[in-house]
Amino acid sequence: MLRRTLFTVAAVMVAFMLICGCIGTTGPETEKQQLRIATTTSLDDTRLLNHLSTIFEEQYNAEVLVVSAGTGIALEYGQRGDVDVLMVHDRAREDVFLADGYGINRRVFAYNYFVLVGPESDPAGVKGMKPEEAFATIREKGMAGESGVAFISRGDASGTHAKEKAIWKGAGFDYATEIQGSGDWYLEAGKGMGETLTMSNEKQAYVLSDIGTYLAYKGDLDLVTLVDEGDILLNVYCAMQINPAKYPDISSEIAKDWVNFMITDEVQEEIASFGVAQYGQPLFYAAQNDWEKIGVPQTEVKDPIP
Amino acid sequence: MYEIIEGFIEAGRLIITLDPDVMTIAARSVIVSFVATIAATLISVPLGAAINFGTFPGRKGLINLIQTLYSLPTVIVGLLIFLLISRVGPFGFMRLLFTPTAMIIAQTVLVLPIMTGLTISALSGVDPVIRDTLHSLGATRLQFLINVMKEARFAILATVAVGFGRAISEVGAAILVGGNIMASSFMRSTRVLTTAISLETSMGNIPKSIALGIILLTIALGVNLAITMVQHR
Repeated sequence: MLRRTLFTVAAVMVAFMLICGCIGTTGPETEKQQLRIATTTSLDDTRLLNHLSTIFEEQYNAEVLVVSAGTGIALEYGQRGDVDVLMVHDRAREDVFLADGYGINRRVFAYNYFVLVGPESDPAGVKGMKPEEAFATIREKGMAGESGVAFISRGDASGTHAKEKAIWKGAGFDYATEIQGSGDWYLEAGKGMGETLTMSNEKQAYVLSDIGTYLAYKGDLDLVTLVDEGDILLNVYCAMQINPAKYPDISSEIAKDWVNFMITDEVQEEIASFGVAQYGQPLFYAAQNDWEKIGVPQTEVKDPIP
Repeated sequence: MYEIIEGFIEAGRLIITLDPDVMTIAARSVIVSFVATIAATLISVPLGAAINFGTFPGRKGLINLIQTLYSLPTVIVGLLIFLLISRVGPFGFMRLLFTPTAMIIAQTVLVLPIMTGLTISALSGVDPVIRDTLHSLGATRLQFLINVMKEARFAILATVAVGFGRAISEVGAAILVGGNIMASSFMRSTRVLTTAISLETSMGNIPKSIALGIILLTIALGVNLAITMVQHR
């Protein structure tokens, strides 16, 4: 009796696996090229990447596998050769990555701005300030223990975290000694942008976010934009290939197709119009015609990889 | 409160209408953890038997070590497997990172200690009279093993259930070596119930999280019920 029951259970399980296996392997599925992308969380959290990869998969008969992580972790995956393409937003670290020979063929496809968001009551009174000034004020009030003043950092070596550090530096503070661990007002989330926004909402704290993720999450948040003007808030997204010279068996052809796909007119238009219907404003701007404004060489926005 | 109630209603709808997204994630979870549990069983039962019936120096110490590893943190297993199968790691050439296979390997490693340990307990719990009888009847080594296993079958079955439960409920290793990928083909995606709950909650999709959570609990309950039913026969 026991044996029969066990046999039945096993048979059902095997049948189930076979069915699922068949679903997974039927048709031309097996011939599809795989493209592995490590991306910064903002492109994934806003669903932009999902939208673009659907178009790409149809046009190129490819399968896009997206691993969403902060820019820091994405660069790490790239350096280890675990992905084919990186989509990140930290120009300084990208430059190092390219110089070290891990990445090639960087193309800039989109940009937007960072915003400082926080509770509507704005306990530190930073609304409308310059970014550096606002940060310094939050620190001052936070250190003084003023109630309700807290700042939540990504704390995950992401591009947003790098930008935050740059703003602290611009405000005249040494990040490691004067900000990190300087008091209960400064919290490090160690999470993606969406999660950090959700956390800031719970704690009603100040947080630096890219505008795209903030808009995408805004419906669920009681946080408002407080600071959104200042050159330092520029946020530039790029795609690049992992160097096939370092990892010869990487999917470099399809990776090249992807990077080139990102700067096509079609995709640039998709980026510029993405989310407008839903959020009333674009989440990202197309980089194609604004290369001067965002300070990148024209070749990086216009010239496809040969 | 409203959010929770609304979440449950929406969750019910997702389950009743067999929402394809939710169902594929659930199916993938079951398959990954089922395969991992089978693999772990194939290793842990012989291993447990060898340790239980074997006589070798350090046997006690080994059993202690195995019992310590019951609480092996899932993220540590994840990190270890990540380092081994990442391209620059020793098994990098197999290109396993961010695949369901990687998750199966991680879960297998994760549940091995507890399954081996419980197998040892199961076998050592067999009535010594039976063992003596088998010996006195002149059973060969193989006959002895088979008969003791037969005696301990319910306990071993319970071990399998515990292993499956730990495998399907862990999130740390799955996210590190799987990457929580949602791709168009079923077997290339690595999004399972636990990683999906983590993601959906962070994205504010509470109803979906609740639906996935209910399914996860139902699966765990179903497995335990099935095992209990078998044991009561």
